[in-house]
Order: sequence, then C-alpha cells, then structure tokens
Amino acid sequence: MIEFTLNGKTVRTDAAQDTPLVWVIRDEFGLKGTKFGCGVAMCGACTVHVEGNAVRSCSYPVSLVNGKAVNTIESFNNAHPLQKAWVEEQVPQCGYCQSGQIMQAATLLDRNPNPSDQDIVNHMSTNYCRCMAYVRIKKAIKRASTNTVEIFDPNATSEGENA
Amino acid sequence: MSMKTLGKAKKDNINLSRRSFMVGTVNTTLLMAFGASAIPSALSAKEALSSKTFSPNVWFEMDTKGNVVVNIAKAEMGQHVGTAIARILADELECDWDNVSIVHVDTDPKWGYMVTGGSWSIFQTYKPMSQAGAAGRQVLIDAGAALLGVSASSCKAENGYIVSGNNKVSYGDIVAKGNVDKTYSADELGALAIKPGNKRHLIGMGNDYKALDIPPKTNGSAVYGIDVEVDNMLYARPILPPTRYGSAVTNVDDSQAKSLPGYKGFKVLSDPSGTIEGWVAVLASDYPTAIKAVDKVKVTYNAGKTVNVSEADIQKEGERICRDRNEGTLFVDEGNIDEAQNRAARTIEAMYTTATASHFQLEPLNAIAEFKDGKWHIHTGNQWQGLTLPAVAKAAEVPDSDVVIHQYYLGGGFGRRLFGDWIIPALLTAKAAGQPVKMLFMRPDDTMFDQPRSASTSLLNASFDDSGKFTGMEHALAAGWPTLAMAPGFMPDGVDGKGKVDPFSASGADHWYTMENHRARVINNKVAQDTFTPGWLRSVGQGWIVWGLESFIDEIAHETKQSPVDFRLAMLDGKGKQAGQAPESVGGAKRLANTLELLKKKTANVKLGDSEGIGYSVTAGQERTMPAWLATAAHVHVDKRSGKITLKKLWVVADAGIVVHPDGAMAQMEGSLLWGTSLALFEHNEIKDGYVAKKNLHTYLPLRMNDVPEMDIEFVESDEFPVGLGEPGVIGVAPAVGNAIFDAVGVRLRHLPMLASHVSDAMKA
Repeated sequence: MIEFTLNGKTVRTDAAQDTPLVWVIRDEFGLKGTKFGCGVAMCGACTVHVEGNAVRSCSYPVSLVNGKAVNTIESFNNAHPLQKAWVEEQVPQCGYCQSGQIMQAATLLDRNPNPSDQDIVNHMSTNYCRCMAYVRIKKAIKRASTNTVEIFDPNATSEGENA
Repeated sequence: MSMKTLGKAKKDNINLSRRSFMVGTVNTTLLMAFGASAIPSALSAKEALSSKTFSPNVWFEMDTKGNVVVNIAKAEMGQHVGTAIARILADELECDWDNVSIVHVDTDPKWGYMVTGGSWSIFQTYKPMSQAGAAGRQVLIDAGAALLGVSASSCKAENGYIVSGNNKVSYGDIVAKGNVDKTYSADELGALAIKPGNKRHLIGMGNDYKALDIPPKTNGSAVYGIDVEVDNMLYARPILPPTRYGSAVTNVDDSQAKSLPGYKGFKVLSDPSGTIEGWVAVLASDYPTAIKAVDKVKVTYNAGKTVNVSEADIQKEGERICRDRNEGTLFVDEGNIDEAQNRAARTIEAMYTTATASHFQLEPLNAIAEFKDGKWHIHTGNQWQGLTLPAVAKAAEVPDSDVVIHQYYLGGGFGRRLFGDWIIPALLTAKAAGQPVKMLFMRPDDTMFDQPRSASTSLLNASFDDSGKFTGMEHALAAGWPTLAMAPGFMPDGVDGKGKVDPFSASGADHWYTMENHRARVINNKVAQDTFTPGWLRSVGQGWIVWGLESFIDEIAHETKQSPVDFRLAMLDGKGKQAGQAPESVGGAKRLANTLELLKKKTANVKLGDSEGIGYSVTAGQERTMPAWLATAAHVHVDKRSGKITLKKLWVVADAGIVVHPDGAMAQMEGSLLWGTSLALFEHNEIKDGYVAKKNLHTYLPLRMNDVPEMDIEFVESDEFPVGLGEPGVIGVAPAVGNAIFDAVGVRLRHLPMLASHVSDAMKA
C-alpha cells in the first residue's frame, strides 16, 4: 500500500511498487490531463510535480511518491498565470503536450520569476512539442513571468489561492 | 479514377450548392442543413429536418437564446479547424460570435464522406459554409421582418438581431416565435451572393479572434482518444512481428507471464482485411501489466521476406529506377525533352535523396473497440474515417453500417491518423476476447507501426544550348507511395497512359515555372513499398520532391551565371498553363512571382557574416488545384571546420487568398516552418532489418526549443479564394537552407537531412 497526496487529497494505491506513476494518476485516479508520450522521460508530456519538482511520471515508480505531495495540471484549476498566458498567446495546437509544458514551465517560474529568453530555452528544451508551438510557449512564459511580477502583493492573504 | 476525378471530387465538395438547403424550426430549435442529393419533394424543410431526411456535410442549429451550435465533420488535430469553419458561417449568418459553439461529430453517414487532410478543410468548406450562412441570414431577415411588421427590404442582420430602423428582434426570439419552413433549391442557393473578401468582418487579416478548442487544452480537460474508457474493458498491448508484411506466428509461450497479477492471456490475431499479419495482443486488467507481459511472452515467427531490408537497399533501387527510363509513368511531358537533350551543347545532372522520416505524433496510437447493441463502436481520433471505416468493417466481417467511429481530439495527426489501421488490431483483440478492449501502443510499437515518409530518390537533368541558355529539364522521382498502399482508388493515370500515379508522390514536380521542355517521370520504389506502409507525412510528396527541384533550380541558375532569385522570377511569367484558373489558382505563377518579389525586397539588406549565406525557394503546395503561393528564404551559418549548420533566420511571404483565421494561419505557418527545419536538418530514421532503426525519442531527434530560428512570416493581403495552409510551409525550408549553404561555403548538399558530416565531407572533396 502506497499513500500520497494527489492535488491536496490523500490517496492510497495497491499498484505494484514499480508501476510508473502516470498510470496510477490516469487510470486509477482518473486524472487524464497528464499525458503519456514516449515512456522514456524524453518528451515531457507526462510531467507532474512531486514535492514541487517537475518529474516524468512515465518513468517514476509510484513507490517513490509514498508520503509525498503529487500535483498535476488539474491542481491549477485554470488559475495559474501560465494557463491564462497560454490562452492569451494561443499556444496549443493539438494540445497533447501542453499539460506537461505548463507543469515544466511552472517550476521555472517558481524558482526564477523573471527568466531570460535563454533561461526559458534551457529549462524548456526538455519538453517536446510535435506541432512545434515553441515560439508561443516561450512567449507565454514571458507573458506569465511579467504578470507574476505585476500582480505580486506581499500582503495578500491566501484567499483565492489553490491551497 | 483519373486525376480529373480527384479534382472533381474536391470541386463537388466546394460546390455543395448543387444541393438544396433547408431551414426549419423543429421543437423550438432552428435547424439548417444541406439536403440529401435527392430529397423527397413532398417533404417540407421542417418535415425533412425533423425526420432527419438529409445528408449534409453542413448542419447547424440555433436555440431560443440565439446560441448557435455548428457541427464539425473535420478532425481537430491542432489546426483549430472548427473555429475557422464556424467563423466563416457566422460571418454570413451575422450571429453573435460569443454565442457560437462547435461539436465534433461521429461517423454517422449523414455527415457524408469524412476526411481531414491535404490542407483541404478551409478550401472545401469555404463556399458551402458561406452559402449556408447567407441562406440562414435571409430566412432570419424574412421571419424577423414579419415579426416586426415591416418589409424584409427595410431590414438588415446585425450581430444576432434583425434590425429595421429603431426596431429590432433577436435571433433567439425569432426562433422562439417564428415558424420557419423554407427550402432553397440548388439554383436559388447558387443565386445567393456570398460576400466578397473585402466585405467580411469576422474573417481575413486583422481579425484577431481566439480558437474555441484552446482553453480545454490548457487545463487537462480536452479528451483525446487515449483518455477514453468504457465499462468492463481490458487493456491490450500489441506484439509486432519481425516484418510489416508476410510474417506468421508459429508459437507463443506465455508461461513467464502467467504469474503477473492482472495478466489475462494473449490472442493471436487473424485479420480478414489483410491489414496486419503475424500480430499477437497481450491482455491485462491494467495497462502497466500489459506492458510488462509483452516482455515475458515469447513469440516465434516465420519472418516475412523483408526482414533484412536496409535503407541502402531502398536507395539502390531508387537510383536504378530513376536511371531506367522504361520504369514508371510520365506525370508531366511538356514540349520535347528528347529533342532538347539531343540538341544540347551541355547538360548537368544531379541526384537528390531523402532519408526515411517518422511521424512521431505525440499521442501514441490507441483505440477502444466495443461491440454493443449489434454494432462495433470505435473510440479513437482519426483523420480519414471515409477510408478507415470500410477496412475496419472488413476486419470485423460486418457491413459498414455496423461500425461507428467516435471522434476525439487527435494528439497530433500530421498524416499518421489518416488511415486508421491501428483500429484493426484493437477490434480483432476485442472480438477474440469477447469483451471491450483498449489497445494502446507503447512508443516503440507506434514507431514500428508508423507509416513513415518513404526514403526518396530524385534524378534531375538540365539541358543548355550552345549559347548557354537553359532549354529543358528532365526529372525522375521515386519513393514508396502512400496512396498505392492505402487508397489506390485515388490514383489517376499518368499522361502517357502507362500506369497509375500517386498524386501525393508526384505533386510539386508539376511546378509553376514556364519551361519549354519539361518531363517528370514518377516511379514507385517497390523495395520500399514491400517493406513498410509508406505514409502521408505533413506536406507529403512536395516535402521531398520540391527539395530536389528547388535545389536544382539553383544549380541551373548558377550554371547560367544568373542570380537564383532573378532566374526564378524570369520563369514565373504566368504564361500558358501557368496563368492559373479561377477561383482556386487565379493569377497563377504571377502570384508566386509577387511573393518572391516581396521577399527579395525584404531581404535586400540582410548583412551576412563570414561563412554565412542566404538561399531562396518558391513553392505552391499542396497541388496545382490548391496552391498556397510561398516564397521562403533562409539565412545560415556554416562552421567550416566542424560542418555544423546553424539556421539563423527564416522568412516567408505567403499568398493564400483570404486568410480565414489569421492567428491560426500564423500558428500553422510557425509550426510548419519548424517541421520543415526539422526535416531539413534533424530527422532521419533509416530502415534497418526491415523496420525503422530508431524507435523512440532518445535516438530520433526532432527539433526542440533550443533549435528554433528567428522567423519572419508575412501574409499577402488578398481577397481571393482561400487555400490550405497546414502543410505548405514545410516545403520550402529544406531547399532554401540547402541553397543558403551553397551561398555560404560553396558546397551543394543533396541529401536530407543535411548533417554536419555531409558538409565536412563535401568540403574535403
């Protein structure tokens, strides 16, 4: 039995220890926003957060999340600045990689709220987009980073946050 | 079916106006649809609509709040096609865009023949959608005028209202109160003028609007085929045979798998449609178990005869058949090339080749097959249901009417999801298991079962008279042919009547240059054809054909000591067959020349550093019957020591007629230019031992964000008929880059992708 929090809720699974996390998230808990792409951690479509770090859930055994916090695209609830920026910049084409792109980008902004173009390229070249919407992914991250600074309020309460 | 027939099939689609159009209130909803080709004349529009006696490709409805739902019979795979189609309609209907939504439909026969490919969607739907909107608007004006008690001529339609002076009535109220029952005959519909391009207010350049499918693609809620589940289903993973064709299973030993909890056995698949041979499917109660089980189930085979075929075998055959003038079929034969060659003072020859390339659409192939209430229900994302459904029915041994394909978002199409061959093993497994099955391909399975872009060979020859003037070109081109493999009924005859031609392995050779003597001979490479299923890959034949053509045009220009740009402009004179035809290619080669003139001006002051060059190409994908006029330029740097090629910038000037969805068109152009770059510089998947050698993304390396060049994309303002833009951007990149490399360091590269080693080898030679 493995227990972890998934988008803030405690969940338990009987899946085999070596089961890739992606299948537990998708097929056992029904959160289909996380996608399966290559199965070898090379495309990033399956990117989720474990304790705030971006991991490739296709190659991450479920046993490693025991007692930890896992967050998927669904945890953002349309409230993340990146999601708004993704719509503003009309980023997705087929859209299949975009959950993973947004999860990957979110960890960049968490650590580096004002990334340079090169920072973005370095952080995002791990993620594959077959429609090659790269120009817009980059623009949207720039837009979200700018907005993050503009709306930052150190005295804000946690109201409205996705706690 | 002749070439004309393919053209006619497209024209018939454009001219849905030959059908009647019905508008009627049914249960407080206003339905609008094209009629079946033969509607019983006794039925009124209301009766026909309420009894669903219609066979439309276009069907939309409006409720009492004025909400409009547009049914979309096209696959959504990143092109935002439903948004663009709905926008064309809304522009004529004059409804409120904020009240418009779209629904992607299943394969009910009422939608007509379903295919999404060839960059045809906008081209095909522009006129019928415009006419449907115009007819609906006229009906609403008439009904609104009656409600307002004024004459229809005093009314106009405006953003969801019928307005007469200071009085107005909303579309929703008309639907609620009106009793509409109107049929437009084909002639009446044809007489309804559709707005010219310059009167459009919802489409065309300057119309900035957002795609309806994008929000669900930013929060994980968009449903792709892989996300679907049905009750009581088992998971399956296929085990692929040692060759694409002709292998047979001799034994299966699953003793090692039996201890896996959740393992549900295996099925050896027997396919009445002949699509797959020698397949085994492993079943499990969950997918991770199916993944593991495949590694533990040992299958032995009698391998098919292509088990040792390599890329070199395919290229060797390609060169042989290009050099043998008895092979293949003539696709173009203008003037007298034999005479031009006999009289030539000089000739030059060059052979251009491209490597096998994979689709690598990011959502791996998958399908659910469920037999329910006497029908097979298939859940998957598919581009060409009209081609796929009969093959699926054949595999299931049921009539076509007993198969329904339910459509979902496609996690990338790019041509791989045209013919839905992956549905067949899913269905056969479900049939054998007696239970619904979700078959999902792991990535290496998907890559092995890809329909790759075939390796190709092009042999080009140019003749010059004793004054040095270019007098004629002979072009032989060979590859595996996707249309021969998957849709042979769509192959027209060659111009010499010697055989059939795959238009998707030929278009592009029939270019828009005026050449006195020009012959293009197309040949199927049977070694490729026998080894794998050649695929339609974004930009199809144009992607490799025009690479050779536009590189060789540069070679001819240099041979005649002319600027490659001016040499092209001189041959784009729009004379004779190059004048084009209304509406789709009106203006002909002159429009292509115009894009190149604009590009020439744009790039006149580009500063080139040491070992840098600029190269050009002109292209008119996807066919002469639907040309998007594009001029492309590439600025490259070549490291002379390592051979490393850096693409610094791409420019495109595009004339595609009215640009229906400018931001969507821009996105397609950005993506297709990067696809072109990826195929020019990165992607190759050579055949080894009967299959593509690279099975996953740790060895197959398409372009990523760190490889993206600067891009400058300009659309020409135009009111002409809109043409497709999903693919044409791919075509011109490789030749522009190759021509730029020659400009930079004087080396002519003749194989795709162009790698650093090719440069350094050529520099040494």
